[in-house]
Amino acid sequence: MSDITAPPRPANAPARFHWRRIIRGQEVGIFLVLVGMILFFSLSTDRFLTSINLTNIMLNFSWTAIAAFGMTMVIISAGIDLSVGSVMALAGIATAMLLARDNSPFAGPDGSVPDAVIPLAVLAGLAVGALCGLVNGLLITLARLPPFIATLGMLQIARGIVYGWSQGWPVQNLPGNFMVLGRQNIPVGSFNFPLPTVIMLVVGIIAWIFLTRTAWGYRIFAVGGNEQAARLSGISVMRTKLMIYTISGLLGGAGGVLLTARLGVAAPTAAQGYELDVIAAVVVGGTSLSGGEGSILGTLIGAAIMGVLRTGLNLIGVEAYWLPSAQGIIIIGAITLDQWFRRRQGKSAGFARLFSRGGR
Amino acid sequence: MQNQPILQVRGISKAFPGVQALSDVDFEVYPGEVVALLGENGAGKSTLMKILAGAYQKDSGRIYLNNQEIEFTSPHHAQTMGISIIYQEFNLVPTQTVAANIFTGREPLHRGVGRLLKMVDKQEMERAAQEMLNVVGAHVIPTDMIRSLPVAERQLVEIAKALSFDSRVIIMDEPTSALGDEETQNLFNIVRSLKNQGRAVIFITHRLKEVFEIADRIVVLRDGRLVGSVPAHETSIDGLISMMVGRSLDQMYQKETSDIGDVVMRVQGLTRHGVVEDVSFELRRGEILGFAGLVGAGRTETARLLFGADPKDGGEIWIDGKKPSIHSPEDAIRAGISFVPEDRGNQGLILLLSVLKNEVLPTMSHFTHYGLLDGAALQQRAQDYVNRLNVRTPSLEQKVMFLSGGNQQKVVLAKWLMSNPKVLILDEPTRGIDVGAKSEIYALMSQLARNGIGIIMISSELPEILAMSDRVLVMCEGRVTGIIDRQEATQEVIMAYATRHASAQGTA
Ligand SMILES: Nc1ncnc2c1ncn2[C@@H]1O[C@H](COP(=O)(O)OP(=O)(O)OP(=O)(O)O)[C@@H](O)[C@H]1O
Ligand SMILES: [Mg+2]
Repeated sequence: MSDITAPPRPANAPARFHWRRIIRGQEVGIFLVLVGMILFFSLSTDRFLTSINLTNIMLNFSWTAIAAFGMTMVIISAGIDLSVGSVMALAGIATAMLLARDNSPFAGPDGSVPDAVIPLAVLAGLAVGALCGLVNGLLITLARLPPFIATLGMLQIARGIVYGWSQGWPVQNLPGNFMVLGRQNIPVGSFNFPLPTVIMLVVGIIAWIFLTRTAWGYRIFAVGGNEQAARLSGISVMRTKLMIYTISGLLGGAGGVLLTARLGVAAPTAAQGYELDVIAAVVVGGTSLSGGEGSILGTLIGAAIMGVLRTGLNLIGVEAYWLPSAQGIIIIGAITLDQWFRRRQGKSAGFARLFSRGGR
Repeated sequence: MQNQPILQVRGISKAFPGVQALSDVDFEVYPGEVVALLGENGAGKSTLMKILAGAYQKDSGRIYLNNQEIEFTSPHHAQTMGISIIYQEFNLVPTQTVAANIFTGREPLHRGVGRLLKMVDKQEMERAAQEMLNVVGAHVIPTDMIRSLPVAERQLVEIAKALSFDSRVIIMDEPTSALGDEETQNLFNIVRSLKNQGRAVIFITHRLKEVFEIADRIVVLRDGRLVGSVPAHETSIDGLISMMVGRSLDQMYQKETSDIGDVVMRVQGLTRHGVVEDVSFELRRGEILGFAGLVGAGRTETARLLFGADPKDGGEIWIDGKKPSIHSPEDAIRAGISFVPEDRGNQGLILLLSVLKNEVLPTMSHFTHYGLLDGAALQQRAQDYVNRLNVRTPSLEQKVMFLSGGNQQKVVLAKWLMSNPKVLILDEPTRGIDVGAKSEIYALMSQLARNGIGIIMISSELPEILAMSDRVLVMCEGRVTGIIDRQEATQEVIMAYATRHASAQGTA
């Protein structure tokens, strides 16, 4: 059967790598929005285009972006994960609890925690995040709950655990060597890249490769595009969804640990409402809520847009009170523009899908 | 036929990104005329009809309705001007009932206060729907959900819906591709009565025999251009083929008798209550086993059970003498079974994804290095099958939703032909496929059989069954009523087995 299944390979095999595929029409629209905003703020104030400020902006959207990479996969699969803010907080608390002076189970007689515990604590934070995600996945696949409902429940449950565990008090006095994770800068030439940003970029590249170059990535798109056809193509919809939500929890956990390291404290109210920032970054980045379409690069740009907006408005003297309104305008504006860019392809938004039943 | 065309277009052009779908096409249809519109997959037939139905906007050209120039601004507009269309890719809401689908947007209202409140008169709606369903001979009731219906019944609902508009021009885009003989004949009777009422019918099909049965005039498109318009009685099938393809085809059915080997699949007592009862058969290497029967006989359902797509209530399946446990399509694929479903839009394809991704989904995991997909190898394979089946697409990256119906079908076939199974199940494989590609697919099937693959081919086209099958299994009401050898299989014999239920019930 060789002539049917293994055709001879012509010499000029098509190239694997196309620039066009990276900067597809898809991302161009929102990329222009980002450039436009940077231009606007640079022209409005000369405090915007300074290396300190740029470092700050990058730092500020790093954890959102990390969580948003996971959310991108969830939304491509036509799901949603509302629990990421709570999961970030829970992962942060879990890590902090293992590291806090005097209170950690690993604290020595003088109350200090040995540095060797730090990797363990970080792993614990990630594991807690992944576990929350796995539970989400099980609720969606085995209990067949709509993702909206399952993760809404998890949002509350995880937040409750955070409060109960911490008894409402922030967990502080974390080892200096842990806080390095959130505070270290990596100089590249004359520019300082914050460590969380570097981690975010590395995670982003891995997520991008995962989505576009592996069979798992293809499966995520397939499940989001048409679950029934995906199943008939031999894809285990259940395993794919379990994986997606676990990854989302894991990356939420990573964001939470980094946030804790940066702040030096795990507050029970940490990351409250972050799920909306994360979802905003993803949808501004052009990922469709009806599933089957989206990209990591878009999400990165989306997160950057939200970060630039926050800092930029502050710098040009807009009171922080007005920030939510500005964010709302940007979300609506960017998505309107994005749809205008791809009008000819036309596909209806699918909020209805979020409330429809989950499945295997 | 009168000498005033009811609908006329002049110099219509339409381009999509990367494709010139129509160039400078002239076309007209007269009252009381049945026009067959023919052409290869991607020739532009559906695009032209969608322009006439207001679903697409033309780039240039003019449309005249009763000699008045007109611009259709929306499908609704065209409908109110007396043009209705049965779309090739169904346009029904799966989560609503048959009645609600037929009367979307013009539901009958209650009288009196109910009318003011816009309350839908459900009883009246269901009664009227039932009337239309009787006309087209559908075996469904108005309260059935669309998503629970097999493709053929959905097609009949589409037809009922289009007829319910009482239009002057009725466009039917491949209405028979999902129908069996009986339903097709019924539809032809409807078309004849529409014609007698002085309405115009435009009819698209890839089954050339039908054309001579029903059409007064034949219009052929090739690569978006008008090739010709001829009265039906002045041409022949061969003439049409060379108009469509630009050359003549020597042989349609390329059946080669291959060496039939050992049993590759044995099925014993396969049952899913109410749909499939006690189905048993053997399939050998290199054999093409045709599944014949009327619409609703349980052939698709049997295939879905074999493939693990639905849970079975009983029965056993052996592959190569072993008994794999098959609880999902994933298991079935691992056991060496592939399945081309009949409903390409919902089951066969992920319309949002590219041609490439769709084609490689079931097989991609064999092309990984350290977890990463070998993009070049995947492209190579996908491109190879695109060439073989002559899929018209601007590139492998094109989303499948933008391909013509027949080209979508070719993508589904490519996806499974490249999966190299032990058993390949094809459910209406040539549905909506043009003559050239059809003969290519038959050739491929023969080649696969020669390579030792066992093939099950479900088809409602008897000529296809008769030409390609080594044996024919006939089903009726979920049961196997006969398994016939190639030498003994004739249309009459198969039909006799396919309608066995009447006598069987009589004696039972
Ligand atoms: N919405 C669209 N976007 C992009 N390309 C399109 C779109 N619709 C059709 N095309 C392209 O236009 C060409 C003509 O398509 P059309 O659907 O009219 O073919 P057809 O003659 O109906 O074929 P078939 O017999 O397969 O149904 C094809 O190449 C198709 O890929
Ligand atoms: Mg068509």
